[in-house]
Amino acid sequence: MRLSYPTNVKVIQVPCTGRVDIIHLLKAIEEGADGVYVAGCLEGECHYLAGNLKAKKRVKYVKKVLEEIGMEPDRVEMFNMSSSEGPRFAAVAREMTEKIKALGPSPVRSKL
Amino acid sequence: MIVGERKPLGDILDMIKDYKKVLVVGCKGCVTVCNVGGEKEVGILASSIRISRKKDGSEITVDERTLERQCDPEYVDQLKDVVNDYDGIVSIACGVGPQFLAERYPDAAVYPGINTQFMGGAVEHGVWAERCQGCGACLVHNFGGFCPIARCSKSLLHGPCGGSGGGKCEISKDVDCVWHLIVEKLAKQGKMANLRRLIPTKNWSTSRDGGPRKVVREDLKL
Repeated sequence: MRLSYPTNVKVIQVPCTGRVDIIHLLKAIEEGADGVYVAGCLEGECHYLAGNLKAKKRVKYVKKVLEEIGMEPDRVEMFNMSSSEGPRFAAVAREMTEKIKALGPSPVRSKL
Repeated sequence: MIVGERKPLGDILDMIKDYKKVLVVGCKGCVTVCNVGGEKEVGILASSIRISRKKDGSEITVDERTLERQCDPEYVDQLKDVVNDYDGIVSIACGVGPQFLAERYPDAAVYPGINTQFMGGAVEHGVWAERCQGCGACLVHNFGGFCPIARCSKSLLHGPCGGSGGGKCEISKDVDCVWHLIVEKLAKQGKMANLRRLIPTKNWSTSRDGGPRKVVREDLKL
């Protein structure tokens, strides 16, 4: 398909989004990532039944943590797409990049 | 297990706001099982503190330790070589943890990261409910295995009261009327006659009313 998506998005592969834990998302923010999002399978279509639903709840938890410490919860997000949806993957990468650009650099990184 | 809830992050951050080096101490006992104070939660709290302080441009070193238990001196002792390296210590064990740490290390500034709630169990994944109030004289065999001390809002020994409706307690539609459960179970077992027995006035001196309690087992003392 030769689709392109913003080069600032760094992909970390996991076998299932159910592997993504709260601490992984927090570590990304702690190390200075401006934003972090989880790209999971469509709801109801998890090969492991509920991995993406668990990831969704963990993303929600991290949003709450960010809110509690006065950071924009929108820096963490969950998206769902099927593995055959290349164009959607690229579109989501662009959408998230735009959203984070609008929020500006992470206050964690700018103070480092 | 003893069930707790993490204090609001703002409260914890406020406690340690003047510190530059902090140790977060977890416990592998009850609070690990109720997902509030184990190794994983130590990592989450430590990371949250670091993010917050980096954001504010006031860097902090947050180290992480999780003890086997914080309610046994031999495990609390394991911090003796490091405790003086920190401005403050945040314990995310139940209320016993910060007290044992503070007793063992009188010069340390110890803070509780958890609000201890009750003795209970997991009724489903992510949901814990109170089951025991530690009254010091268990009576559950009289009530079909339900505890009216911990689970009746009025701790009635001869219930239900007029506030029972549709199986729920009048204080909240989310609270089961334990007396409804007791009557239902004993009726099913054909043991309703049990409820005709008069339970003598409870001696509350075995509970908190008798003051702070202690259990001594001479056979176990060294």
